[in-house]
Amino acid sequence: MGMTLTEKILAKAAGRSRVEPDDTVWVNVDVLMTHDVCGPPTIGIFHEQFGKTARVWDREKVVIIPDHYIFTQDENARRNVDTLRRFASEQRLPYYYDVGTERYKGVCHIALAEEGHTRPGEVLLGTDSHTCTAGAFGEFATGVGNTEAAFVMGTGKLWLRVPPTLRFIFDGKLPAYLMAKDLILHVIGTIGVDGGTYRALEFDGEGVYSLSMEERMTLVNMTIEAGGKNGLINPDEVTIASVKARSSKPFEPLRRDADATWLKEYRFNCASLEPTVAKPSSPDRRATAREVARTKLDRAYLGSCTGGKITDFIAAARILHRQRVKVDTFVVPATTQIAKGLETTTVNGQTLKTIFEAAGCTLGPPSCGACLGGPLDTLGRLNDPIVCISSTSRNFPGRMGHKQAQVYLASPMTVAASAVRGEITDPREFLA
Amino acid sequence: MSDQRMIPDVIKGAVYVVGDHIDTDQIIPAQYLSLDPSRPQERKKFGWYALCGLPESSQGLPKGALPFAAEEQPPGRFPIIIAGKNFGCGSSREHACIALQEAGVRAVIAEFFARIFYRNSINGGYLIPCDSQQTRLCDTIATGMEAELILSNPSKPVLHVAALKTSWTLGPLGDVLPIVEAGDLFTYARRQGLIAREAQ
Repeated sequence: MGMTLTEKILAKAAGRSRVEPDDTVWVNVDVLMTHDVCGPPTIGIFHEQFGKTARVWDREKVVIIPDHYIFTQDENARRNVDTLRRFASEQRLPYYYDVGTERYKGVCHIALAEEGHTRPGEVLLGTDSHTCTAGAFGEFATGVGNTEAAFVMGTGKLWLRVPPTLRFIFDGKLPAYLMAKDLILHVIGTIGVDGGTYRALEFDGEGVYSLSMEERMTLVNMTIEAGGKNGLINPDEVTIASVKARSSKPFEPLRRDADATWLKEYRFNCASLEPTVAKPSSPDRRATAREVARTKLDRAYLGSCTGGKITDFIAAARILHRQRVKVDTFVVPATTQIAKGLETTTVNGQTLKTIFEAAGCTLGPPSCGACLGGPLDTLGRLNDPIVCISSTSRNFPGRMGHKQAQVYLASPMTVAASAVRGEITDPREFLA
Repeated sequence: MSDQRMIPDVIKGAVYVVGDHIDTDQIIPAQYLSLDPSRPQERKKFGWYALCGLPESSQGLPKGALPFAAEEQPPGRFPIIIAGKNFGCGSSREHACIALQEAGVRAVIAEFFARIFYRNSINGGYLIPCDSQQTRLCDTIATGMEAELILSNPSKPVLHVAALKTSWTLGPLGDVLPIVEAGDLFTYARRQGLIAREAQ
């Protein structure tokens, strides 16, 4: 009997010919990523357990990307970045992307891909739940805690339980009014925020393979919002070309066996889906944009690893071109590369930046921003019990700041259309 | 180093009851994450803010409006948390386990756990996660009731609530038992010879 992609990667990483769901294996880790929130405590545990002069197991494999609390006056946040800087210097880490320098990137999951740290067939662990994003490149990628990350830092290994796989097939190409965000909100609405718990979510079908790498990343990024251990897409020529353009390291793409088996298969027809939202305050409270149309809004937010990529801003700009927003609208690119892209990428002959500024949006510097609330002075943070529509990933109570704030999750197109009307709006009204 | 068994025979005290899908943002809101738990004077503050992200109606079921902790409050008021489904979902922040531990929580009993929270609890040795095997304890037990979690047989933990004159058999700790018994991942790995016995 064949293996799924998750099983094949974990078998390889464990040095075994095969693994089966529920096996517990020790795997060799290819990349360990941490950031400014979980990095300092991870480093603390690393030194406590391995000693003050301990060295990381492989400095080519440790990537540190400060991204969470960067543009804040919070003194502890600055101190935490100092901790990362000192560690990176002591350990002579080649892949540290320091704040306040040309090397600064922004949101780690997007920066990992931009910098070529995401490669098919590998195991990537990161101290952030959205580490699963890298599964879009056909690798096993999942979030870990600080203790686990410290263990990996010293040993290069971790125990993992092999998850059974759920397969989601999207038939047909996406209509112009749909984005990957609509697909994943539909999946989460179907299986619930716990429907993927301890499971791998594999995405397949023409709808998935017709997506750009950025859109594939959005799809896989929200695997964790269904509780999934990891999400992934079998690599194709788009994946390989994207990785080769960013990494000179050798990699071995793996693909699922033809006779692989999974726990359950779900099949969707893209043409029958609609622009989708998640209502407050859970990512599985699915509704169509039409069903909640005319819900009054106070704010719109475009940003994060989920909805702050260049493709997200192009989609939003198509709707915001020659329009004015009716509510406070924040545009926060995930990375510095995307921020530069806002100035060079054009829609209808205007740069995205020009379109957003002319529409009355507030542009912020690249970081995780208000997706997770963060320090009280974070740009766009929901400091009051207001209603916001957001292209980010999570809307549990208090996620973006105030406990009574109401957050609707939606695609960048739906966010943009809603910003223009000041109420939730199906983007098809602007695409006719 | 002794190969001492780190599981207590019994955990006793008042329970705090919450519902389904309590995510780690509610356990410890992101605004406190610039505190570094590897610094003792900052670590204790996580206990003050534990579960402060719960909306008022969810603060201690069934009544609500009972904040779990407060600034400067000494730990240990509620050593056991009873929860519904998917406790600890969302962000991977280990600070969530640390916050509960610093507040004096020694065990969480949920229908099931989000996997990163579960792993963090065990690998970091912060608290013991027990599953209630589909029994909906969070609708039955009220915040403040005194309970005993009996762990002397870890393959068959038992929760006893005197006020309800009821005992429930909980799910076994299973595959992760050796790590729980060792205390945390590092101690386990040293005992197994996976890493050097002492820090260099």
